[in-house]
Amino acid sequence: MPDPHELKINGKAVRVEVDRDRMLLGVLREDLGLTGTKYGCGEGRCGACTVLIDGQPARSCRTKIGAVGSREVTTIEGLSTGGVLHPLQRAFLEADALQCGYCTSGMIVAASALLRRNPDPSREEIVEFLDGNICRCGTYQRIIRAIRVAAELRKEAAR
Amino acid sequence: MSTPIDAELEIERYELREAPLYHFEPDRRDFLRTLGAGLLVVALVDREASEADAQPRGGRRGGFGGESVPQDVGAWIHIGDDGRIEVSTGKAEVGQNIRTSLAQAVAEELRVPVGSIRMVMADTARTPYDRGTFGSRTTPTMSPQLRRAAAAAREALVDLAAERWKVDRAELTVAEGSVVRKGTNQSIRFRELTEGRSLTRTVSESASITPADQWKVSGHPTPKVDGHAFVTGAHIYASDVRRPGMWYAKVLRSPTYHATLTSVDLSAAKAMTDVVAVRDGDFVAVAARSERQAEQAIAAIRAEWKPGPSISEKTLFDDLKRPGGQQPPERAGRGGNRGNQVGLGEASGSIAEGMRAADFRFEQTYTIAYIAHAPLEPRAAVAEWTEGKLTVWTGTQRPFGVREELMRAFRLPEDRVRVIVPDTGSGYGGKHSGEAAVEAARIAREVGRAVKLVWTREEEFTRAYFRPAGVIEVRAGVRKDGTITAWEFHNHNSGPSGLECPYRTAEKRVAFHASNSPLRQGSYRALASTANHFARESQIDELARAIGMDPLTFRLKNLTDDRMRAVLEAAAKTFGWGRKAGSDRGVGIAVGSEKGGYIATCAEVAIDRSTGRVQVVRAVSAFDCGAVVNPTHLENQVEGALIQGLGGALSEAIAFDDGKIQNPKFSKYRVPRFRDTPEIEVVLIDRKDQPSAGAGETPIVAIAPAVGSAIFDATGVRPRSMPMRPKV
Repeated sequence: MPDPHELKINGKAVRVEVDRDRMLLGVLREDLGLTGTKYGCGEGRCGACTVLIDGQPARSCRTKIGAVGSREVTTIEGLSTGGVLHPLQRAFLEADALQCGYCTSGMIVAASALLRRNPDPSREEIVEFLDGNICRCGTYQRIIRAIRVAAELRKEAAR
Repeated sequence: MSTPIDAELEIERYELREAPLYHFEPDRRDFLRTLGAGLLVVALVDREASEADAQPRGGRRGGFGGESVPQDVGAWIHIGDDGRIEVSTGKAEVGQNIRTSLAQAVAEELRVPVGSIRMVMADTARTPYDRGTFGSRTTPTMSPQLRRAAAAAREALVDLAAERWKVDRAELTVAEGSVVRKGTNQSIRFRELTEGRSLTRTVSESASITPADQWKVSGHPTPKVDGHAFVTGAHIYASDVRRPGMWYAKVLRSPTYHATLTSVDLSAAKAMTDVVAVRDGDFVAVAARSERQAEQAIAAIRAEWKPGPSISEKTLFDDLKRPGGQQPPERAGRGGNRGNQVGLGEASGSIAEGMRAADFRFEQTYTIAYIAHAPLEPRAAVAEWTEGKLTVWTGTQRPFGVREELMRAFRLPEDRVRVIVPDTGSGYGGKHSGEAAVEAARIAREVGRAVKLVWTREEEFTRAYFRPAGVIEVRAGVRKDGTITAWEFHNHNSGPSGLECPYRTAEKRVAFHASNSPLRQGSYRALASTANHFARESQIDELARAIGMDPLTFRLKNLTDDRMRAVLEAAAKTFGWGRKAGSDRGVGIAVGSEKGGYIATCAEVAIDRSTGRVQVVRAVSAFDCGAVVNPTHLENQVEGALIQGLGGALSEAIAFDDGKIQNPKFSKYRVPRFRDTPEIEVVLIDRKDQPSAGAGETPIVAIAPAVGSAIFDATGVRPRSMPMRPKV
């Protein structure tokens, strides 16, 4: 039976009436129209559905709405603020780190969690952190480069 | 080269092409009426030439019965008096970045910024017919058409300005969206020149275009034209489309591969609120207000299935070599075996003689597994019926082909079906067909509202078609001096692309033998070229090693094609070929050509002897596809193809047994991940003197044999199966 849930999505309070065992991915895409977060596998093995929950990357296809509670959910739509792109979004464009772009939301959201934790990750650390995210177009080398570019952009901004 | 035969075969077997039941020409004026005032330039393509090239429309269906128009519209450009420049092409963007490269071509000829061009693509109501986006045809065929149209538009605008100012057109030039009178500050915007009129020009194949060595826009890096929408999650893929009152669909799938439905009870599903269930033959589906409800409804359906033949991979490679193969019964007699045996290349003299003349003789068998495209965006469609007209948003490489499927399925004329293809979450040859579109439309008609169907990953792995499996048998002989005395090469089932042997050989015979595939098979990036290059280059490497000659030296000695030699030398130089690899490491090299492009790849592998895991630590690809259109996007394609090729080389294989696909998920079917990514270097050979070839496919063909030879170099064991799983 649907229950009311008060969610915090991209800094806004949102109320939805859905079954508590519905997955966050479906609620974001269907009920809230936030289609930037993608379905790729439904088993948490491709990363296309990655969102942040309290800053930690989470697979929204495996996260039940009842388990989200009042924690802060950030999707790709919430990363850029006031029309200003997140350094990772700029860096992905600069490094041409996408082809079809379907994995891009999940990649950028996951990478934002990495940069928060580790502002200057090495290639090995990026590989380790993002190994659960699939890019079928094979742009991995460019994504690694983009994350390192974003790290530089953030350092510059901090100066 | 045997391109015509090759193209014919691939279409026959792999493009899943069936002639439409009917086709009529919509009135062109009607087609273009919505464009409004401005200058319209229509690029015509010669039908005969384009049929020879790519077999459009009805394929072998014959003529159009009294049709007198010898040319078709290939594309058009409209310069509106509101200043908009709209370019229309039936090609689809699936990540290969043709939205950008085609805009570059138009910008070049029109002398306008790339950003001022709006590309309208792959919409059957708004773009001219196009056979499909595959075979690396966009760059060699669509791009020149658009260039010619844009050049003609530019010249027409100059004519209009010359008329208006009463000056000689030689005094005029075009820059930044205006016609300018040289040596004065007199200029006029394009939009002002048409003065509210609707002017039309046509341009034929003979019109001249800017040669590559004078390009100022093409040939230079240009960012992905709508990149911003992709990095912000704003781009709407087919699976993201939302329509008012839209419901969500699920289709009932059989538990085994070729099963038929014997009985079904829909009552439990029908009893649910806001659920519609339908059965139509073997097709059973539900639609509901939410995806979740649709899942619950489909789970509530009780169905009995009669299992199909118990197909299994255990005997696959023996079966594929037998005429008749491992045939599912319902496909018997349906012509899956057309063109049974095809020999390409000259059957020169006697292979037996060549073998007798050799110092070393080999007879080897290579096997190729079925693999899945696994595009990250699964097949998806949103279908909506409005007053008997059907609109479908779907991700496909063949919008007009999917329209034909829908016309057939619902017995509709062409003007009642519209297929719109949003830029798609990739295809790799896997999205030629319209299953999801037909399924969504069928249930939408029942529900009477828009319906979305997104295939699950498991459906993608079990209901889509696969890259064909194959068996390749090679007989070859070599003399100690490096002369190849005999080359015999038989490909069973996987396909004829890349079958030819580019090496000088005294006696040569190559052939493709069709078989019956137990699994549904179809196009895949570069088709069988990957399989044939793997077997050929592995075998060439074995010949070189047998006579103690360096594999690079051996290839250069026997290759005659200058462009192939050039990429080989370029890759070897950048890689530093000739250095000895460390312990448990090995290096390999391979070369090939396909679709007018030339690729050579060097790879270094590290073997973990405790686990047998092969890590490709470094790879260099040198690529020549003629004049480079967008170096950044091209490098990206070459890197991506290499990564995708690593999957088929090392880890990907569809497992099937007991009539079932056994590994239909990413946790059981390993595609390349970050961890598998080597340090990649790409060397682009920019041949401004050569036409630009399509580049999405060719760079995939050389990585597997380069890795195979590197594994041999490290272990002394020659891998002969794709995927390679060396025993160490």
